[in-house]
Parts: sequence; C-alpha cells; structure tokens
Amino acid sequence: MSGINNPASRKRSRLRGGDVLYLGTAGLRARPTRAVLSALGIAIGIAAMIAVVGISSSSQAKLNEQLSTLGTNLLSMQAGKTLFGKDAQLPEDSVNKVAALDGVLRVGSTGRVTGISIYRSNLIDTAASGGLGVDVASLGLPAVVGATFDTGTWLNAASSEYPAVVLGSKAAARLGIVSVGSLVWLGGQQFSVVGVLDPVVLAPELDSTALIGETIAAELFGFDHHPTTIYERSADKLVGQVRSLLPRTVNPAAPDEVDVVRPSDALAAKNAADQAFTGLLLALGSVALLVGGIGVANTMVISVLERRREIGLRRALGATRGHIRAQFLTEALLLSALGGVGGAAIGSAATAMFAVVNGWQAVIPLPVLGAGIGATVVIGAIAGMYPAVRASRTPPTSALGS
Amino acid sequence: MTRDIVALSDVTRSYGEPPTQALKGVDLTVEEGELVAIVGPSGSGKSTMLNLIGTLDRPTSGTAFIDGADVSRMSDVRLSALRAYRIGFVFQQFHLTEGFSAIDNVADGLIYTGISRRQRRLFARKALERVGLDHRLDHKPNQLSGGERQRVAIARAVVGEPSLLLADEPTGNLDSTSGAGVVELLRDLNETGTTVIVITHDIDLAESLPRRVSLRDGRIVADSGRVDSGRAA
Repeated sequence: MSGINNPASRKRSRLRGGDVLYLGTAGLRARPTRAVLSALGIAIGIAAMIAVVGISSSSQAKLNEQLSTLGTNLLSMQAGKTLFGKDAQLPEDSVNKVAALDGVLRVGSTGRVTGISIYRSNLIDTAASGGLGVDVASLGLPAVVGATFDTGTWLNAASSEYPAVVLGSKAAARLGIVSVGSLVWLGGQQFSVVGVLDPVVLAPELDSTALIGETIAAELFGFDHHPTTIYERSADKLVGQVRSLLPRTVNPAAPDEVDVVRPSDALAAKNAADQAFTGLLLALGSVALLVGGIGVANTMVISVLERRREIGLRRALGATRGHIRAQFLTEALLLSALGGVGGAAIGSAATAMFAVVNGWQAVIPLPVLGAGIGATVVIGAIAGMYPAVRASRTPPTSALGS
Repeated sequence: MTRDIVALSDVTRSYGEPPTQALKGVDLTVEEGELVAIVGPSGSGKSTMLNLIGTLDRPTSGTAFIDGADVSRMSDVRLSALRAYRIGFVFQQFHLTEGFSAIDNVADGLIYTGISRRQRRLFARKALERVGLDHRLDHKPNQLSGGERQRVAIARAVVGEPSLLLADEPTGNLDSTSGAGVVELLRDLNETGTTVIVITHDIDLAESLPRRVSLRDGRIVADSGRVDSGRAA
C-alpha cells in the first residue's frame, strides 16, 4: 500500500477519464426511470427531425428514380391566349411540323372534343359528367408520354375508326370500369372500352380523360382536327433547343400563343414545394429538441439539489470542484446522447416504415443522422453546464450534518 | 518521533450576517497516533470542528494546520488532494451508494487518487478483510445490517491508508452491540497507527476513549489531555 501513501503535499487528486464515465453512468443507473423519461424529450425531437428529413429524402429518391425511368425529355405544348385574351388554337398540321423538327424523336397529341361527355350508361343524368373529358388521341400518344396499360390495349388504325375508347385511370374508376369490353355511353352512343391506362405520371391530365380515335370523332362529333395538347420527346441534349424552336415551328404567325411546358419540371417543382413544408416540420422538430434540452437541464438541476450529500461525500473523498463538474456534465451529456441515439433509432424506424408503406426505398442520410446525434451532445453540454457548475459549488460540508 | 497532525490555534468560525460564531477561539493539538473523542451537546460546534479538521471548511480567523499544511492558505485543489490521500471520513448515515456492492463502495474511496479500477478493487478487498467483512464483498448496502454498513463505510475511509480518520457520530444510527463493534474497530485501526478523531454526544462512548475534548457553545471547556497508549510504550 505504500504506493498510495507517498508524501501528500506533492500529490494531486486525480480522476481517470474512464472513471468520469463510470461516475456519470452511475448517476443515471441509480434512477433509470427518470433518465429514460428525460432522455425521451430529446429523443422525440431528434426522431421528428430525422423522420422529416428521411421521409423527404426518400420521396426525393423516389422522384429521381421516377424521372430517370420516365425521362426528362418530354415537352408538352398547348394553345395559350391570343393577344386579345381569347383562347388560341393550335394549327391543324402542328403535329407534323413538330415531328419534322430536328432532334424530335416522337410526337403525340390529344384534341378536346367539346360538348361531348362520357357516362356509364344512357340512364345517367347528363349533368353528372363526373368531370371527365373526351379527347381525340393520336395513335402514337402512349409511347410519347410513357403510358402503360392496367388492362387492354391502345387504339390502333382499325379500332380508331370504330366506337372504341381507352380510359384514363381516374376515368375508369369513376365510371366503374374494370374490364375490357364494357360498354359506356359517349356522346349519345355506345362505345366499347378497349383499354384502361395506369396513372400517367408525366401527363396526369390523361387520367381523367376518355380517349377515342380521330376518324370516329370526325365522323360522329365533327372533330375539327385541331390538337389541344401536343406531346413530344427529343434527344436529351437537344431539349433546350427544341423547346425554344417549338412555338415558332407550331405557329409561325403567333409563336406567343403556344405555351410549352416540361412536365418533369412540374414534378420537381411540386417536390420543391414539399421540401419547403419539410423546412417547417424541421423547425418544429428543433423546438421539440429545445424543449428536450430544457428537460435535461431541469432533471440535472433537481438531481444536483437531491444529491448534495453525495457531492459532499465525493468532496470528502478528495474530489476537486472540477471533478464534480466533470461528473455532472458527463451525466448530462450521457443523458442527452442517450436521447439522441434513441431518437435516431425511432426516427429511422419511422422513415423506414413510411417508405415501406409507400413502396419507396428508405433513404436516411448518414450526415443528418450524425448531425442529429452531434446536436444532442451540444445540447447536453449546454443543458449540463449550469447544473454542473452549481454542483461544483455545493459546499464540501454537505455530507455532514443532519 | 511524533508530530502534530492537527494544530488549531485561536480558531473561530462564524456564519451568516450578522455573524453567529460556531467556534470562538479554539486551540487544539492532536498528535499522530492519538484516539480522541470530541464531545458536546448539539449546537456546541462539534460538526464545525470536524469540518475544519477535515479541511472541508476554512476558519474565519486563526490558523488550522492539518497534516502540516496551513488550511487557510491552500487552494481547493490542494485541499482536495489532502482529503484524497491523507484523511478518511466516516459519517453517521454511512453515505454508501445504493445498488453498488460493498467492494465497489469501498473502492470508491480511492477513485480520486487516479489508480485503476482493478487496483482499487484489490485494495478494497484488503480493507474489507481488515474490518471483518471479507464474506460480504458482493453484498449491496440494503443486504447489510446497520453495523455492517458502517464497517463498509470505515473500510472506504481507510482503504487509502489515511493518517487521519474522522468519524462523525459513527454509532449514532446503530444499536449498542453494533456500536460497540464499530468502536472496537476504530480502536484496532488506532492500534495500527492511524490517528482517529471521533465526534460524539454519547458520553459513555467518549468515556471509553483515551482522550476527551469537551465543547460547549463553541469553546473547549475540558480536555483530558494526551495519554500515551500502550502503543507508544
């Protein structure tokens, strides 16, 4: 034992790093329920933030994947307004002009047949059109917009001369059509359903539309051959060039009356709007985190008040003020780190669950996870500072007396 | 050769505003190897005296030399070192950490000397053997009797082989049999060379010790003086 007991005046109190950790955990282990509850505040804040970021990155990943399969080279154009504010029309031969443009790979079009509605049967009240429109579709349309079929097939040169119709997904759902061969009441006549589309991501307007052939439309409803929307795909590199040429090509006399949009941009813009919402949720999460931090500070202050005896004992055993400070600061750090790790786990689980339910790939950005846990350590340090200083100022005589 | 381990001269300690004096000019010297009882009714200044001797507190005026060091002129860090290496404390309420085994509680007595946990436990085992509790190493405080708990607390106080052991009402929470055992243990420790100072209001306990210092209203009213125990002969 002589090793311990050399001349004391030269020796200093020493506390090993590992022992600081040992003392810090001892305080938490002594009151596990309280530790878990006060860590929970931090955990909820971190979980909220990780889930928000995780879910939005998962949806972003889903969008990117979607865009890469759907392609970003689709442009669609519609007639805008004339100089005098009237609805303009696209010229009859627009489709051929677009097809002739350099770099254009595929062209398709739809043309609205005005005044014609579609019903499940002739017994339905004509006012109950269900918001469904009837469009004349060019034969190349599905290939251009990337439409796939839930059931049935697309119109062909033969069926477009007959009363045959292809329904968008919403149109089919509203009409209650599930199988090919069903009859619907379109423009005062029976049409036979030959196909039902899946939802069309890049041209969602097709979802609530019934598509019929050009020949039958001209024959029955006097279709004027003016397209209302033209869809076009070009080589990826030439999208910008094609876009700038389209208005002049389609309508040289009044290029201003042609509106060109890039549907993939619209999708991205919608996602950007979601991201703004994410920012709001993130702010909410940080409020939860702040409240959690205050919870930790509160727990630690109470703990310091309750443990005056223990502090006094430790001072009697030779702890310096610094040792006491380190012990309580460590305890606060461990407490909030516990919350941080727990919150990261809960947040990741929530993201994974949300992604699975939505059929997405769960994406949890590791830097965010790291930043979240790092933030809790900072919060723990701030929350623990005051209680730790207060603990270190507890008079050493506190272990004695009643 | 003996030397003074405690040397208080004209020590006062006052608290609050306006100041009330808990100690009013106390002179006391305790030599190495003594076994001293400090007695007095509550409010007589016993605890203040113990705090000063244990370097947990500093005198308002006068000088206090503990183990040769002037307490008034030492920094918190140096006083802490003195407590870590040279002074052991035993408290009336034991102050054991619930949920930790006897050996871990005793090992805690060395935590501020910076030696490894393994080493601390090694010394702790020896200290528990010394107090006759080598069969209770892994028992938690709530599995021990009051007397056994106080023995664990004593083991913690002496695990670092301090030159000065301070006991504040060590038998205050114990029945007479356990109390007698604890006093016997303090005697044994004194026999092996540790200076022991016991604070008590128990006259019978005080009477059984070689030297008695009586306090009343912050002054020493009687001191039976140093007695050479058998050890010195």
